Amino acid sequence: MSKIIPIGPYHPLQEEPELFKLYCEGEIVKDIKWETGYNHRGIEKLSESKTFDQVFFLVERVCGICSTSHPFAFANCMEEIADIEITNRTKYIRSIIGELERIHSHLLWLGLAGHFLGYNTVFMWVWKYREPVLDLFEMITGNRNSYAMFKIGGVRRDIPNDKIPAIQEVLDGLKKKLDLLTGAVMDDPVIHARTKGVGVLTREDIIDYAAVGPTARASGVDIDVRRDDPYAAYPLVNWKVITAKEGDVFAKVEVRLLEMYESVSIIEQCLEGLKNEKEGDIEVPIDEIPAGMGTGRAEAPRGEVFHFVRTDGSNFPVRHKIRAPSYVNIATFRKSCIGQTISDATISLAAVDPCYCCTERMAYAYDAVTGKKLLNGSELVKLSQDRTDEIRKKSN
Amino acid sequence: MFHFGGASCNNCDIEILACLTPRFDVERFGMQLVGTIRHADVLLVNGSINQKDKVRLLELYEQAPKPILVVAIGACGCTGGIFAEGNTFAGPVDKIIPVDAYIPGCPPKPEAIIAGIVKLLHK
Repeated sequence: MSKIIPIGPYHPLQEEPELFKLYCEGEIVKDIKWETGYNHRGIEKLSESKTFDQVFFLVERVCGICSTSHPFAFANCMEEIADIEITNRTKYIRSIIGELERIHSHLLWLGLAGHFLGYNTVFMWVWKYREPVLDLFEMITGNRNSYAMFKIGGVRRDIPNDKIPAIQEVLDGLKKKLDLLTGAVMDDPVIHARTKGVGVLTREDIIDYAAVGPTARASGVDIDVRRDDPYAAYPLVNWKVITAKEGDVFAKVEVRLLEMYESVSIIEQCLEGLKNEKEGDIEVPIDEIPAGMGTGRAEAPRGEVFHFVRTDGSNFPVRHKIRAPSYVNIATFRKSCIGQTISDATISLAAVDPCYCCTERMAYAYDAVTGKKLLNGSELVKLSQDRTDEIRKKSN
Repeated sequence: MFHFGGASCNNCDIEILACLTPRFDVERFGMQLVGTIRHADVLLVNGSINQKDKVRLLELYEQAPKPILVVAIGACGCTGGIFAEGNTFAGPVDKIIPVDAYIPGCPPKPEAIIAGIVKLLHK
């Protein structure tokens, strides 16, 4: 008789909070189902009632963690419709914001992954090192999250050249912390034991489920919108797409860690580029948005963000379609979780970066027959943490 | 404290989590996130509430041990914010359950969240 473990419905750290139901026999997950809609706000419909300038503030609030990727894709989309070529300084500033966001998002994920594995020190330390990145955002844009930097044909605020050394200083500090974290993760035998060979997604699975972002790159699928459909300053700087072959949780950690180094390098090159551009040259004038259709893509920390807009020559979009990366990545849970133990399923679910903190709040395991509560969320996390302890003891 | 994230954009949620981490560290005021509403003295609600959330928020409020303090966090929690015109919007938090404190901002800074909750301590 299989037992159902509902996880959720509230995933406050995720674009789309969901209810997951794990169908278990003993400790083995046999099937998984999910249900969305708890976070439905009707953004696409709302967007039709806003002017193009206002839509930026709306799409920024699709997701608070990747709050630049959506305006980024929307700006790419509108610039395609209006056929606008943005200035180089705009390109650099946009890429700097995009990459800083990737760093803060990956750090956030690393912290939470540490928490699920029972490394609360990792959680606390990583979030401590994430704060300087948010300080940078506050210095550049005026807000820790939701930066409101983008507009059609430009950015709203310049990065003055005299602020560049201060940004560089934070990046230098960050690189040392990244070295420390990478060393801690790569050398820890317990983390290896908990994550290697767990939640494996093969190359075929990724292609079948059309997964994107670090989830796909960790399985050897070499896709990255920044390179495949170049936008902003990415063609102007040197960087490489990080991939791994194994497709397990460890590969996903590795890809994200190494991507942060790439991001730091992209930002440094963009800062160099900024020095050669004229200060204040951050927008091009726009007369009117013509009638037409356009698509815009951007690589968010979790994968490809896709926006489609149809305009009719008025001030409002007629149709606005948004596709966020987590939505496709979540489907891979069917491959990564089925057949695993519950304690491994916890980290397998977290590996896709749907941010699993719901388990601290509203997860219960029910006995399917009697409806009796068996486990709650914190106990579920504890199960995962106990397993780490066990391995830790064995290895000592 | 028990945290209920409605139909939000996660910004307030990660700022609430940031409050727990070393720079802000609300545990020094004796505050801790708990796993279930039955252990909570404070219910933090953020995000606009859609029709699907409304039922669950009411259910949670009924399960909560009384007296419980309810804090609406962020522009969406206080008024509905940018999503107030949405087709699934079911009313700001104070139209559904009584609210003791409002912390505006999109998202409010962790300092603002801490200031709001510390004020409640003296209530």
